[in-house]
Amino acid sequence: MAVTMNVADRTLGLSLRALNLFAGSELVERAGLRKPAARLVERATRDGIKAAGTASRTFTAATRLGRPARLRATSSSGLFDLTPDDDQQMLRDTFKEFGAGELRPRAQAADAACEAPAELIDQAAELGLTMLGVPEDLGGAVSERSAMTTVLVAEALANGDAGLATAILAPAGVAAALALWGDADQQSTYLPPFVGDDVPGAALALMETRALFNPFSLQTIARPKDGGYVLSGAKALVPGAAKAELFLVGAQLEGKGPALFIVESSAAGVFTEPEPAMGLRAAATATLTLAEVELPGMALVGGGDPAVYAECVHRARLAWCAVAVGTAQAVLDHVIPYVNERKAFGEPISHRQAVAFAVSDIAIELQGMRLALWRAASLADREKPFAKEAAVARHLCATKGAVIGSQGVQLLGGHGYVKEYPVERWFRDLRATGVMEGALLV
Amino acid sequence: MSINLEIPRKFRPLVRQTRQVAENVFRPVSRKYDREEHAYPKELDMLAALIKGMDEGGGTGGAGAGAGSKNGSTNGEVPGTTKNGANLASALSIMELCWGDVGLLLSMPGQGLGNSAIAAVANEIQLESYGGRWAAMAITEPEAGSDSAAIRATAVLDGDEYVLNGEKIYVTSGERADLVVVWATLDRQQGRAAIKSFVVERSNPGMKLIRLEHKLGIRASDTAAFSLEDCRVPKDALLGDPEIKPKGGFAGVMQTFDNTRPLVAAMAIGVARAALEHTRDALKEAGVEIDSDAPAYVQTAAAAELLDMEADFESARLLTMQACWMADNSKPNSLQASMAKAKAGRMGTDVCLRCIALCGAAGIGEGELLEKWARDAKILDIFEGTQQIQLLIIARQLLKKTSAELK
Repeated sequence: MAVTMNVADRTLGLSLRALNLFAGSELVERAGLRKPAARLVERATRDGIKAAGTASRTFTAATRLGRPARLRATSSSGLFDLTPDDDQQMLRDTFKEFGAGELRPRAQAADAACEAPAELIDQAAELGLTMLGVPEDLGGAVSERSAMTTVLVAEALANGDAGLATAILAPAGVAAALALWGDADQQSTYLPPFVGDDVPGAALALMETRALFNPFSLQTIARPKDGGYVLSGAKALVPGAAKAELFLVGAQLEGKGPALFIVESSAAGVFTEPEPAMGLRAAATATLTLAEVELPGMALVGGGDPAVYAECVHRARLAWCAVAVGTAQAVLDHVIPYVNERKAFGEPISHRQAVAFAVSDIAIELQGMRLALWRAASLADREKPFAKEAAVARHLCATKGAVIGSQGVQLLGGHGYVKEYPVERWFRDLRATGVMEGALLV
Repeated sequence: MSINLEIPRKFRPLVRQTRQVAENVFRPVSRKYDREEHAYPKELDMLAALIKGMDEGGGTGGAGAGAGSKNGSTNGEVPGTTKNGANLASALSIMELCWGDVGLLLSMPGQGLGNSAIAAVANEIQLESYGGRWAAMAITEPEAGSDSAAIRATAVLDGDEYVLNGEKIYVTSGERADLVVVWATLDRQQGRAAIKSFVVERSNPGMKLIRLEHKLGIRASDTAAFSLEDCRVPKDALLGDPEIKPKGGFAGVMQTFDNTRPLVAAMAIGVARAALEHTRDALKEAGVEIDSDAPAYVQTAAAAELLDMEADFESARLLTMQACWMADNSKPNSLQASMAKAKAGRMGTDVCLRCIALCGAAGIGEGELLEKWARDAKILDIFEGTQQIQLLIIARQLLKKTSAELK
């Protein structure tokens, strides 16, 4: 009880802080709160704070939808524009502050512990992250496609810490996927908890542990059986898997190609095992083993359409790009004051071109990563093809992101190598973001 | 209103038109004027007239290097919302035209860099007398390249005229233009504040053509060297404020570059796309399959190389569009302009050289244009500020350093 009180107090405190952030925004003054920000404030001030327990629940549909709810495509004036709309800007500011105030101070300890603090997961849920991809009709926060909004939020969170951002974004990815491709049954069964008071731990599991992994060529197999499916295989680096209640698992559906399956953690044959990695350690990555897991027919998402699976891979890549961009921005923001303050040979090292040009290159490549990401995300929201654009963003974020992580350490020298500074963590996280597939989704 | 990084709907006809020009006017004579350096590409006269007609018809926002302007055209858009104006339109059309030929774009009559300077700082009377005429730009001297504050050419007021003396090199279209905008100092003791630009008639007997350069690339474009020997120009040929003010004057001159650098970046994007498209086709012919969905490392090295280059290309292209969009919306874009120029400049040369490697003998042979594109691309990482100058500008802004601190 005492623990619950403590969590409740902290969460309430955070809710009030979140409300302050919203209320302090001049945008509220100007336009009045609009969705989805208004929905999030509503959420942040809702009464009743739940206990921290994440015992496996039974997912059931209280009411059944007649048909699945879908988000509208966003419209465009047809003009080139890099201005986030008022809502996006407000959410971006809010989560930037959340990242700086709540994630960054906890990042080092969470990295060491290979776990995100439970109260932080709750705080993030309180802020309504899992509602960002869910239609209002289903209790979510949005009516239009929101990949771009989620990208901005993920950038902002990762700017605080990539590992913790991964931990708190993982359930939102599952919610968004259900909103995008779930049928009426799947939506009515699984989505309500994601917009309720007790958001389940959840993650999208696509990766597998082997060299040259290609998410379109899976070794996890789904075999049709008695109107349902039997899943066998192992998924790698699944964030928060030990405490998750729900997984979306990518598996090769015999005779059809790769497909997504809804797997409840309570199903027989589902095992998790901690799998700490070089980076993103706060996300408590784990191996998810599926040993002849029997699933009902309704577990198959999107009718097993390969196009749905492909879009899922692409959207996951965008989420990782957003995490990489936010982390790379953290590197840039850190090295600028450092090279200005650090003196060698009687003057700041930033007076040397070799140092200054390295900073310039970080800034150039970072902005290129961001723009490529934004392009793909905005196309996704307008329901235009974005596979190629997502691949471009992914390639840039993987290659340039890793270089930025390395250059960050290099610019700090020995200081970059020790845990006293966050830069070595960014080095590790930026390598990881370029390798990850699945796990997150926008 | 929403974030959108596609080519604006309203500029798509412009892009299509300029692509037509690139394909049907530039490409057929591309090799010809590479071989016949210093020959005047007469095909361009008709084209210049055509483009002038298009401009007067409205909506195209200009098609050449000289079209960058301080403010985007509003073009009937709602105030307070984003604008897509002349800067972006120019960059998009330059990308297309340089897919055709960089040297020929630089030779477009009436589209010189001097036209940009005139458009940016001329007063109404000057606009009237110089408008519609082809203006080249003369900044560089044998002893002052990137360090443009160190120029030695002098301008001395004598009655109603300035008398210019000095030497100018690397004047693009210097032989063919009607006018040359010459940078000279009113007082070398007073540093950059005393540097002013003067519009000199090409026919002025005091401006003597010394030579035309023989170059690595952009050979269709003439690059002139002049000596100024008691070259007298009327007092009102001075662009901008004739007073020497300790602050702001030189910065104003340099501001022209915030508009022109993204346009040079656009040139690099055009030529890089030519190389990439050519190489993609060549690889396809060689049986290489390219899958943007699959990780590059499960594909052939050639496919991975192409995907890597295409990503770098896209980064440069979007940085360039960003810089132009900011200019159109009157947002200070000096940082982004230099980022675009730095990225596109190095990407252009890098991509062309790597494409040659993929294409092998056909890549370096004169039977194809690839080897020419690599030679053309190299200048784009040099003029309008070298790679190193761009990195300096970017670093000084990010680190808040003066040029005395970060040399």
